[in-house]
Amino acid sequence: MSADQRQDIPLTVAGRVFASRLLVGTGKYRDFDETAAAVEASGTELVTVAVRRTNLGQNPDEPNLLDAVPTSRYTILPNTAGCYTAKDAVRTCKLARELLDGHNLVKLEVLGDDGTLYPNVVETLKAAETLVNDGFDVMVYTSDDPIVAKELERIGCCAVMPLGSLIGSGHGLLNPTSLAIILDNAEVPILVDAGIGTPSDAALAMEMGCAGVLINSAIAHARQPVRMAHAMKLAVDAGREAYLAERMPRRASASPSSPFAGRINA
Amino acid sequence: MHIQLNGDHRELASQLTISELIDQLALTGRRIAVEVNEEIVPRSQHADTRLSPGDRVEIVHAIGGG
Repeated sequence: MSADQRQDIPLTVAGRVFASRLLVGTGKYRDFDETAAAVEASGTELVTVAVRRTNLGQNPDEPNLLDAVPTSRYTILPNTAGCYTAKDAVRTCKLARELLDGHNLVKLEVLGDDGTLYPNVVETLKAAETLVNDGFDVMVYTSDDPIVAKELERIGCCAVMPLGSLIGSGHGLLNPTSLAIILDNAEVPILVDAGIGTPSDAALAMEMGCAGVLINSAIAHARQPVRMAHAMKLAVDAGREAYLAERMPRRASASPSSPFAGRINA
Repeated sequence: MHIQLNGDHRELASQLTISELIDQLALTGRRIAVEVNEEIVPRSQHADTRLSPGDRVEIVHAIGGG
């Protein structure tokens, strides 16, 4: 192996090492059985959850997500989905840290409006700074703006996660040029969070050199989520292998794969 | 006395501790986190933290999300 070939090193986020580069969400599944089966089929080790008010006065035997996706088996990545201000996002992260016994890895997202779920980068930057100073390891959802991505890295976020397209839209990578600039500049892992619709989207992100992808709707809203979870695993693995292997150059003209020499009509 | 519990008005018979409130809500042993007036109350302090009238209490748990 020559020295300038790309070497596979596992995904490392704030000192935590993960064998899988696929992160999956736990929203939108039919029930916790389906969640558990899809999460398992994806091969993921890093699973996002949301933090919400507990239902009061309801069935005390209500099933718990963390039984379906146990902390003994998966690293839990609590998100701040639904927060529109830095203040609410910081509060949510602190609640998550308490909920998970001091676990300090969080997925920060501060949204701009509920129509686009586009990140409010001003509030995101504020929240990121507060959280990093408070000792959180912050994986941050953001726009595909390379300047903002670099600023989040400078603040001390341990991973930057630009959207491929709008959350839950399944439109894939709408701005690969911008993503390529972010990847070129990055010194922390870059993961595509949001917009992946199908395994080819995930493979493309990985081929481009993303450290990972975070997928929820594309698995949960597939007709067969467990099968799609497996498909996403294969796509992420394939994309990663392709990134390491480095693709052939594109050519303007054809280049035969079979030699000209020895043709019977020569 | 009245408190705000998860955004709703709630009348308590007496000044409960957080542990007592959790018990009354049949949430003992559940994986939850508690915030009072926007400050986390660590699990280790639930038994010693007594609620006051007007306190804003949030009790949260993990649910599915992306």
